[in-house]
Order: sequence, then C-alpha cells, then structure tokens
Amino acid sequence: MELTSHNLKSNVKDALGNEQLQKALSNVPKGFIDKRAKAAAALDEFEALRDKGREIKDHTLANLDLYLEAYEQKVIENGGHVHWAKTAEDARRIALEICQKHNAKTVTKGKSMITEEVELNEHLLENGIEPVETDLGEYIIQLRNEKPSHIIAPAIHLNQGQIEEDFRRVHTHLDDDRDMSEPETLLAEAREVLRKRYFEADVGFTGANFLVAETGSSVIVTNEGNGDLTQTLGKVHVVMASIEKVVPTLADCSQILRILARSATGQDMSVYTTFSTGPKREKDPDGPEEYHVILLDNGRSDMLGTEFEEMLRCIRCGACINHCPVYHSIGGHAYGSIYPGPMGSVLTPSLAGVEKAGTLPNASTFCGRCESVCPMRIPLPKMMRHWREREFEQHLQPKAARYGLALWAYFAKRPKLYRALVSFAMPALCLLGGTSKRISSLPLASGWTKHRELPAPERRTFMQAWAQREALKQEAK
Amino acid sequence: MSDTRASVLSDIKNSLSKKAPDAERAKAVAERLSGRPTGIIPKRGQLKQSERVDLFAEMATKVHSSVVRVKSYEDVPASVGQYLREHNLPAELIMGSDRRLAKAKWAEEKNLTIKKGPSDGHDLVGVSHAKAGIAETGTLLLASGSENPTTINFLADHHIVVIAAKDIKGDMETAWSSLNKKKDQVEMPRAVNFITGPSRSGDIEQKLLLGAHGPRALQIVIVG
Repeated sequence: MELTSHNLKSNVKDALGNEQLQKALSNVPKGFIDKRAKAAAALDEFEALRDKGREIKDHTLANLDLYLEAYEQKVIENGGHVHWAKTAEDARRIALEICQKHNAKTVTKGKSMITEEVELNEHLLENGIEPVETDLGEYIIQLRNEKPSHIIAPAIHLNQGQIEEDFRRVHTHLDDDRDMSEPETLLAEAREVLRKRYFEADVGFTGANFLVAETGSSVIVTNEGNGDLTQTLGKVHVVMASIEKVVPTLADCSQILRILARSATGQDMSVYTTFSTGPKREKDPDGPEEYHVILLDNGRSDMLGTEFEEMLRCIRCGACINHCPVYHSIGGHAYGSIYPGPMGSVLTPSLAGVEKAGTLPNASTFCGRCESVCPMRIPLPKMMRHWREREFEQHLQPKAARYGLALWAYFAKRPKLYRALVSFAMPALCLLGGTSKRISSLPLASGWTKHRELPAPERRTFMQAWAQREALKQEAK
Repeated sequence: MSDTRASVLSDIKNSLSKKAPDAERAKAVAERLSGRPTGIIPKRGQLKQSERVDLFAEMATKVHSSVVRVKSYEDVPASVGQYLREHNLPAELIMGSDRRLAKAKWAEEKNLTIKKGPSDGHDLVGVSHAKAGIAETGTLLLASGSENPTTINFLADHHIVVIAAKDIKGDMETAWSSLNKKKDQVEMPRAVNFITGPSRSGDIEQKLLLGAHGPRALQIVIVG
C-alpha cells in the first residue's frame, strides 16, 4: 500500500488551499449526515441492531479460524476455489496467475477497497493486463490516475466540470461539440462506454461486503449494478476479500445488512445486494464458468487479541468518514492512505505500521462523532489514542511536540506553579482579545492563528471562578 | 499455497485473546451454523397479508420503482403491453423459462415479440418473476437459473418483475425461506439478487441519478 501519510501536514495545507476540493467537499455533510439520521430514526430497532451487529462480529472474530475453514469448505463444495494470501504481494500474485491461466487481456472490476489496498491495478498493468474500473466513481478516478478519496464515494473530491473535462479528454470517439452540461449526460456516456467492456473482459474482479460461512457465498452491496455485471459476464469471477469479512449465517448477514446501507447512504437497502455461490451450474444460462476467492490477511491476524481487534468489526460503511469534521475540511487524499477518515486513522497504522502512518491518529479533534455513528460501535477515538501512545513511546513525533508536551507536563505536575502561571496568562490573553474577544495572532501559536482566530479566554481562571462561587455560597448561608 | 493457508489459520489462532478451549469453540461454531439463530426482526413488516402488500408497494415506490397490481396471471401480458406503450417502447421483450410467466397468455398481446433465454445486452425490456418480496424495504428477491436468467436483471433498460402477492413477506429472514428445499435449510442458487429500485449512482457531486449500469426503470407487477 503506497502511503504519503508522513506528509500529512503539507497535504493538509494543500487541501485547505485547493478551491475545487473545498467546493466538492461541501457536498459531504450535505449529502450524508441528514440521510443517515433520517434512516436510523425511521427504524425503531436501529440501535438494537447495532448491538446485534457488534455481537455477531465479536463472536465471529473469537472463532475466526473456524469460520474461515467452514466457509472454505462450502465454497469448494459449490465448485469454487479458495486461495489464501498472507500479504498483499501474495494476493497480487494469485490474482495475476488466475488471469494468466485464462489468457486475460482485460479484466473488469467492481468497486473493491481490498484490490486498492494490494494495488492490483498497477500489478496487472505491469503484466500487460488492462484493468477496467466499472463503478462510476472508480472509473472517473482511474481516468485521472488518482486514488479513491472515500471508501464508498471514491470521486467525491471532484466537481462535475472536472469530470466533464476528463470525459472529453478520454472519450475521443465522441463528438467534440456534445452537450455535457447535465450530470445525466455524463452518466449515460460512462454507461455506454463501459457496457462494451463487460462483454470484452475475460475476468471480473469484485470485493465482498460479507462472506457467509453457512453457504460459502460472497456478498456485494451496490447501487449501480456494475458489480453484478462484472461478476456475471466475465468467464471467471474472482472475489478478493479480507479474512474479517466472514459472518456465520445468512440470518447474521441479514442483521448487519439492515445497519449497513442506512449508515452508509441513508438507504434502507442499497439497490443491489447479491449473494454469489460458486460458478455457473449445469442448467444455468449465464454466470461465470469459474469462481475464485482470494482471502487476504495482510496484517489483520496480528490485530486480533490486541487493543485494535475491534477495528475488525468494521463493515466499511463510511459513516465515520461522512461525519468527521477533519475529513470535511481536508478530504480523503490528504490522509495519504486509501483508507481515510477515522477508520483509516486506526486501520492504516495497523496495516502499514505506526512508523509510517503514526501521524494519522493525530488528524482528529476527538469530537467523538465517528464512534457515535459507527454501526458496529467501534471505539475509534479510544483506538486513535492508543496509536498516539504508541507513537509517543517510539519517539516518532516531531521534537517540538515532544518538548512542548514535556514542558506542559512539568507544570501540570506542579499544581501551584501551574495555577500561578495560568492566573497570569489568562488576563493577559483576555486583554489581547480586546472587545472582539478573539486573538488573530499569537507568538508560538501561528499554526492555529494563521487559519483561524483563537477565542480569548475569560479574565479569571476556572479555579478562581469556582473559589469565588463557593465563597458566595458560604456567605449566603 | 497450502502453507500460506496453514500459516494464516495458525496466526489467527495464536492471536486470539481470551480464547476458549478449542472443543468449546468448535461446538459453538457448529451450533451457530446448524441452529442459525434469528436475530432482531423489525416490527415494520410484521403485518397482515393485505397490509404487507400495501407496505411493499409503498416502500418500492419510495425507491423509484413503479408498482401495478393485477388480479391474476392472465392479466400480466396486458399490463406489460400497456407499460411498453406508455413508455414508447418497441413491442419486444426477453424472459426466461419461468413456469408462472409461461402460463400467461402472451399471444393475446398482439405484435409482441418474446425472446427466451439470457440477455446479450441488446434487450430494452426484460421480464422476470421474483421468488419473494420484502415489505420492510420494498425489495425483490430473484434467483438465478434458466427460469429467470441473472443477465436480464441487469442488462435490460426496463426491468419488469412479476411477483405473486402471497410471496411478499414481511422481512428478509422470511424471504430467505422461499429458497428452502429441504426442511428449514436454504438451498442457494448460484446468484441471489435482492433488488431495491432501479440502478442509480451518486458519484457526481452526490446527485441522485437513475440508470447507472443496470436498469433505468423497475416496474413491479403484483399478482393477486
């Protein structure tokens, strides 16, 4: 997984100054927050289902090896093949081997974060095979040679005009003067271009939202129908999924489906929820001739039994991202990892190491919204704190942060000194705030004041106000 | 390859914290897989048959499906014919070998050409029969096979799905039981498609656009 997370600070600076991006990002809270709230409120059992979802996943994780074995057995019984990949490299190699066995020239792809994680497209291209992304958002970013900026809305960082430019640049077989002012026209154009590609493709790749141990089925949840065309029309269907996607039964899966779409897009159900079980049967008129599943570990088994185990409950709905004030300001690319937002800030250091991605858990205001909307009740802020502790223990932060903290700790451990200092600083800052009660520049705090004003504190410290209040109370008695 | 399998599985086993004894875990897993406990079923769909059908129609309409109701299978061809005319579509459609669909008197719809089999991507209109419906969400359950080829569900511009009113269940869990072959045991076809409305995308500035890669329109014909 290619990471630029170490450049977080400069990435953020670029993102904040990028007008196009800021305009596109304004769609995020508008589009997601209200819809989720309405969908959740409309289902009386929503909160109870969240508890149920957590319980199902916790039970599965505690028996993950056994459920994976049960799942594998069922896939084989249904005529499918299961491949195990310890690393991203293993997964890429296996995928390429399957393609080469079938002399694949082009492969279509349904939206899949796991194939992004293992950088499948780059590997296929290097080996002369053309991957074609078919999800509209993924197709757009593939044309731009970009990474997704959101796990369920990969092109959310773009505006319509930018997409139009890309289509004009790439779809050169179409009339230059065509009217593309309506988003419907853009969609229709992508639909027509991609229709052909499904039929040309030799192999179709999809991810999986769930793997069902009871039946050996892989499940995809989509709105466009591209994932279904990908897995139905190719001669070979390859599912690439990480090991924590397994759930015990169809009943368990049905429980979690009720919270997935509502949390993600505010829909009661996504348009297409498809359970695929093995290759084409004897009397089937359509479907793939071969069905493969590549099960990827890539660091996940190491998370079991640690303080990050609960992250493996994640069902990739994106709710934490949609509600994150930091994401709203900087977008997905600034995180430098294909998993952005709060879920990414916990998952990326787990997969890539704290030394490479330890800055990410600092990109949080700890407002707690992510945890409050997570359908699987993953304690994301707590886990980000764990990573911050690790980062500190391993001396990975910049020196200034360490010295600053040490200085603060020196005073914090000496309450009298601390209070004396604060009772001097507060009136000074209050004075600086003037009548507007806002400070627009402050030595040593330019990191803050360059981008926004610092609210000036009250004249008195909390301790002083409290003492006065208590004294008044005594008097009243 | 089998080495990788062993190493992934043993890594998982070694990492598990608070691990119960293996025999106990194996028992818990076997029990869950055979017992298949039902979880929380939303009350919303738990209604009398007639109310359930009404809720199904209401929820389906909310997600931009269009819904019509006819008395019997004899009325299906006329309803389909009317849809084609209303949408200015040629009198051509494709369908599988579904027995209930086959029984309808299509010959009475004059000039209508019916192709049988899977779609090759050149069909404007496809007709399928659903195994079940889910009132809770206005969802259709379609099963793959020669009766109702999966390609019709995704390649036709207009997808017309016929469903018997009695097959409309309150919730997803009950809908699954329409696939039961043996007692209380689901037999999975190659593909089970839960379909809730026509295809759509929000990938351009979060605007809801219908007709992404799948059907642009979904017409549901409830029989009975």
